[in-house]
Amino acid sequence: MMSRADPFLPIIGVIGLIILWYLAVWYQVVDPVLLPSPTATFAAMWKGMAGGKLGYDFVITVWRTALSIAIAAVIAIPLGIVLGSSERLYRSVEFVVDFFRSTPASAMFPLFLVLFGVGDKTKISVAAFGAVLVILFNVAYGVMNARKTRLLAAKVMGASRLRVLVDVMLLESLPQTFVGLRNGVSLALVIIVVAEMFIGSVDGLGHRVFEAQQLFEMPDMYAAIFAAGALGYGLNLFFLLIERRFVHWSGK
Amino acid sequence: MERQAAAVRTTSARQPADVASQDGDRPHVTIRDLSKRFGDAVIYDRFDLDIPRGKLISIFGPNGCGKSTLINLIAGLIPLDEGEILFDGQRLDEIKFGYVFQNYREALFPWLRAFDNVAYPLKLMNVPRAERRARTERLVAHLGVKIDMNRYPYELSGGQQQLISIMRALVVEPEILFLDEPFSALDYEMTLFMREQLQRIFMETGTTTVLVSHDLEEAVYLADRILLLSRHPATVADFVHFDIARPRSDETLSDPEFVSIKAHCLEIFQREVRK
Repeated sequence: MMSRADPFLPIIGVIGLIILWYLAVWYQVVDPVLLPSPTATFAAMWKGMAGGKLGYDFVITVWRTALSIAIAAVIAIPLGIVLGSSERLYRSVEFVVDFFRSTPASAMFPLFLVLFGVGDKTKISVAAFGAVLVILFNVAYGVMNARKTRLLAAKVMGASRLRVLVDVMLLESLPQTFVGLRNGVSLALVIIVVAEMFIGSVDGLGHRVFEAQQLFEMPDMYAAIFAAGALGYGLNLFFLLIERRFVHWSGK
Repeated sequence: MERQAAAVRTTSARQPADVASQDGDRPHVTIRDLSKRFGDAVIYDRFDLDIPRGKLISIFGPNGCGKSTLINLIAGLIPLDEGEILFDGQRLDEIKFGYVFQNYREALFPWLRAFDNVAYPLKLMNVPRAERRARTERLVAHLGVKIDMNRYPYELSGGQQQLISIMRALVVEPEILFLDEPFSALDYEMTLFMREQLQRIFMETGTTTVLVSHDLEEAVYLADRILLLSRHPATVADFVHFDIARPRSDETLSDPEFVSIKAHCLEIFQREVRK
């Protein structure tokens, strides 16, 4: 039974965490320098987001993540459809895809640094590289796992191979494609934030976290961490909402 | 449009009788020397069959004898190893036919509304949008279907979904309609309802219909002819006539002729199972 209070249940965890945090600060469980109070942290967050450095870095990171996921989607979705539409073709590249999908993308930084130099290009391309493989894998499986009856139904009605691909396989693969996009965007964000911490970065959320830590501005550091968390959650939610809107049949 | 629908009804309702009187017993589908094997299992070995025009034929037989395989071969879902299947002398790609799957949930397109699901085969035939609309609306009106056609398949009941599948098969005005155990995924109440729907559709359109059934009562109740198959390699164990007038109803089930035909079919079925 769904009670009317049920939609508010998630808030309990948030309030609980904040209470614990207050208690930890109050009883000085952790060195006060390392753990500022929630109030100080949220004040820093508010100040930073409203026209401060944090807001600027937030936008930069959103931009890089969006660009890398867009590049990844443009490459991976058509390629995944092509590979998925022929199981033999996919099997022949499966090992390569799985191998690089399992390779930590962060291990590719030095290589991409050599290729693209220090700057946005490297960050975005490493993130796109990681996301491409995740999306590709999901799209290909989405196409390969298209319901056989549905394909047969289209074929028996006289649909050509191309028609079956466009009218059936493509739509059949959409739910799985969105799984790939959500996983891909999470991975891209991780890679972007890590990249922003190192290799001569001057902006972005990763840089903000790192700089605040170096300067020992703890409220700012926590604020930047929460901003990154909110971004990750928000991106996931964004794709979920698009999916619900356009792939209304998913899971039904 | 109403007049058009009425015109369709009279011509199509009269058609089977006319054809029968003109052509005598000239078959609609002729199957000659059909052979099909799956691995080591020989399902059909030089199988011959004539399917009469404008009749509803039920196919019944032991499990795994190749009932569904037969209509899948006729409808081109799986290739023949050998032999020839002609539709009044024409090949499959020269005729219009409809096919209804057992698994309606996976056969319909969940991204299309019920209406667009029904209209989809017309899109494949490059029929202009306005005409697709008109023809689909005409079919819905003609069959008296009371389903909200703007809903998505997953919003409909199982029976309604299968009805949409059947309409999708009918919208092209097929010369022949195949149904592969169309009601076996439905509950009993819905099955009874759908039998009546199918009978009504058949009476309205007079389309040659081939129905695979695993329910003997259903197979006899709906059919003009019951094709009883043996275990594979399948042969025609019997091709029984059942000529009680339509519409048939619950009373048909206790009609002496129905009872005796059903008993006869069961006897042959038992004989084939024990072989």
